[in-house]
Amino acid sequence: MTIPNASVKPVLETGQDDVIEGPLYAAGKRIFPQAAHGLFRKIKWAILVLTLGVYYGLPFLRWDRGPGEPNQAVLVDLAHRRFYFFFIEIWPQELYYVAGLLILAALILFLMNAVAGRVWCGYLCPQTVWTDLFYAVERLVEGDSRRQRQRQVEGWTFNNILHTAYKHTIWLLIAWWTGGAWVLYFADAPTLVHKLATFQAPLVDWVAIGILTLTTYLLAGHMREQVCIYMCPWPRIQAALTDEDALNVTYRYDRGEPRISLKAGLAARSLGQLAGDCVDCNQCVAVCPTGVDIRHGSQLGCIQCGLCIDACDAVMQKVDRPHGLIAYDNENNIKRRQAGLPSVRRIVRPRTILYTIAIVLIGSTMLTRLVTRPTGGITVAHDRNPLYVTTADGTVRNAYTVQIVNEQSVPRNLQLTITGLDNAKVQVIGVDGHGPIFPFQVEGDNTRDLRVTITGPASAPAHAQIPIQFNVTDPENKTQMTATDNFKTP
Amino acid sequence: MSTNDTHDAAGHEIDGHTGVSTTGHVWDGIKELNNPLPRWWLWTFYITIVWAIGYAFAYPSIPLLNGATTGFLGWHSRTAVVESMDDLQVSRGALMQKLANTPLDQIESQPELLAFARAAGSAAFANNCAPCHGSGAQGSPGYPNLNANRWLWGGKLDQIYQTIAHGARSGDDKGHQGEMPAFGKTGLLTAPQIEQVSNYVRSLSGLKTESPAEVTAGAKVFADNCAPCHGANGKGNISMGSANLTTKVWLYGSDLTTIENGVNNGHGGVMPYWEGRLDPTTIKALAVYVHTLGGGQ
Repeated sequence: MTIPNASVKPVLETGQDDVIEGPLYAAGKRIFPQAAHGLFRKIKWAILVLTLGVYYGLPFLRWDRGPGEPNQAVLVDLAHRRFYFFFIEIWPQELYYVAGLLILAALILFLMNAVAGRVWCGYLCPQTVWTDLFYAVERLVEGDSRRQRQRQVEGWTFNNILHTAYKHTIWLLIAWWTGGAWVLYFADAPTLVHKLATFQAPLVDWVAIGILTLTTYLLAGHMREQVCIYMCPWPRIQAALTDEDALNVTYRYDRGEPRISLKAGLAARSLGQLAGDCVDCNQCVAVCPTGVDIRHGSQLGCIQCGLCIDACDAVMQKVDRPHGLIAYDNENNIKRRQAGLPSVRRIVRPRTILYTIAIVLIGSTMLTRLVTRPTGGITVAHDRNPLYVTTADGTVRNAYTVQIVNEQSVPRNLQLTITGLDNAKVQVIGVDGHGPIFPFQVEGDNTRDLRVTITGPASAPAHAQIPIQFNVTDPENKTQMTATDNFKTP
Repeated sequence: MSTNDTHDAAGHEIDGHTGVSTTGHVWDGIKELNNPLPRWWLWTFYITIVWAIGYAFAYPSIPLLNGATTGFLGWHSRTAVVESMDDLQVSRGALMQKLANTPLDQIESQPELLAFARAAGSAAFANNCAPCHGSGAQGSPGYPNLNANRWLWGGKLDQIYQTIAHGARSGDDKGHQGEMPAFGKTGLLTAPQIEQVSNYVRSLSGLKTESPAEVTAGAKVFADNCAPCHGANGKGNISMGSANLTTKVWLYGSDLTTIENGVNNGHGGVMPYWEGRLDPTTIKALAVYVHTLGGGQ
């Protein structure tokens, strides 16, 4: 393993007096990755189309939730504190689902890492996807990597200025579209598109679009691999998480070394001498979007996108050697092959089993909870100060705030009853009647606080804590929600 | 320490393990590799400096003897607070207006308005009333427990509003007047009489007394001196704020000494008036809050 810093090497100038310090800051080296063709490139294109398609298109997907509810499939309604995701509606107090999702996402990331290294970095990370798209635009406008290098040497000719301007325009348009799609998740998409088109959208939308346009343009157009190497914490975390059994994009040096030219290799082999398969064509480096040399071993700069596998396989095809000089493999197998043992793929091992169990457990728990959760809720808060009050006639009164949640879009007529304390006098402020049934209504998509006072009978024991139940019944469908609290006496 | 360190053409040391040049700095035998930061990082740093300078001119920043430089944007934390308070008023506006326009007795039957009034009342209570009445309105000796259902000046919504707005013995003309005279100090009653009447008062709510004779004697003292205000049966009178002595709720305490003290020295606690200090809508919210604590009538 080498130090993970292959793309930015310090350039020490010779003949300088104070050279011992070396430069503290390295100028960015522009990378001109060559286009790759092959299996992994195809996978990357497919994922790019899929993920960006979802990102740009999802806000326009409709989902019927009935009257009075938004019909956007995925919507973060900040003003009303609701999050809609297809059939799921999350209220602020249910935000722990989001925490669960994040935990799930982290575990899936760990599992991916344990199975096949930086799958996230290479194929799924937004930074990778958008950078890939921006590289594609660059090649489309300015030509392939050779032409791009030429242009750099030519300097600012009219043609180059024109093409550069052209490229940046397309980049900015994509970036603007990216920012535009973002805000559509926070409001009704078709309405907002119309408002944006007629310049009636609120200022905050323009600011959000502006910020995201800028960050997309900067990160995908200019920062590119610098984000992965200097800004992102995940490479460091995954470097700590990985083990010798995880499959990573690996240069099989057991097969490739010693590197030798094609002709010399043929000659050497005919003489029975040692010759590696690597013809040192540098194609793996040429296609690399982060500019690393995979032959230095796994390294922080390598996002494991597999493009060097495509490039190397194409060359191996041409020189009539077997594919897979660079492949998903690991150091373990190299050592095994060098020792004359067959390669193994240990995908099922303690850590992958543990990650899978954790993912299944958390995922199924969340799903069960989601499917079976009530569309209403009841919580009771006992007055803490004072816990009880002695009234004029010497009886004891406790007061409670009962909160009833109605997550349905229509108003619900419900009934409150209190059980557990015989001969108690119950009062619900704002609700007529003396019980035992207190009818009340909760507006659709709303909560209602009921202030309930319970006066115990004169016979209630002293120093007691008597459990009581607050039951809310829906007379229409006979469903019941119950919360338990205590009646306390001095 | 690397055993296979080399030097490049210019004589810089190259670390053998990594192939990276060293800075020449050594700490306890550990050498620092020269892995320089990218140049854009440096530029980001410069930009933050430029930003800081711009910020220092745009916003109040440099402390002076009196205050600080004002900044050309004119931002001021106090104006910002005023603005956000104004925003708050606007966002509350509709409900506040509704609360102001709704008669007191119709608030509690409207769930949204009740919730708003209770929230506003609770906040106003914590700011203004809690110092005497306690954070939960539980009271303390001399300061009424507002959760209980025994009211000196009446426990109906409009009576509570009246008491909050104008107070008791508060100096406000519209406030409640009347106090418990100091019967002992002024020589109206003798010490034995005070002991007798105190025993009688305890008997009214079924508390233990010293002897039946004391109670019988006390009854006569009570009829002669106390009944005009507290009523012949001791049930009090909310128009003059005289306490109902037959309940289990005691403002100052129910033990004999405390009652004797009260008869001897009198009582005259002050409830301040809040009209003019709080706006009528807030007083309304307070009245609803106190009324819905549980003891309201």
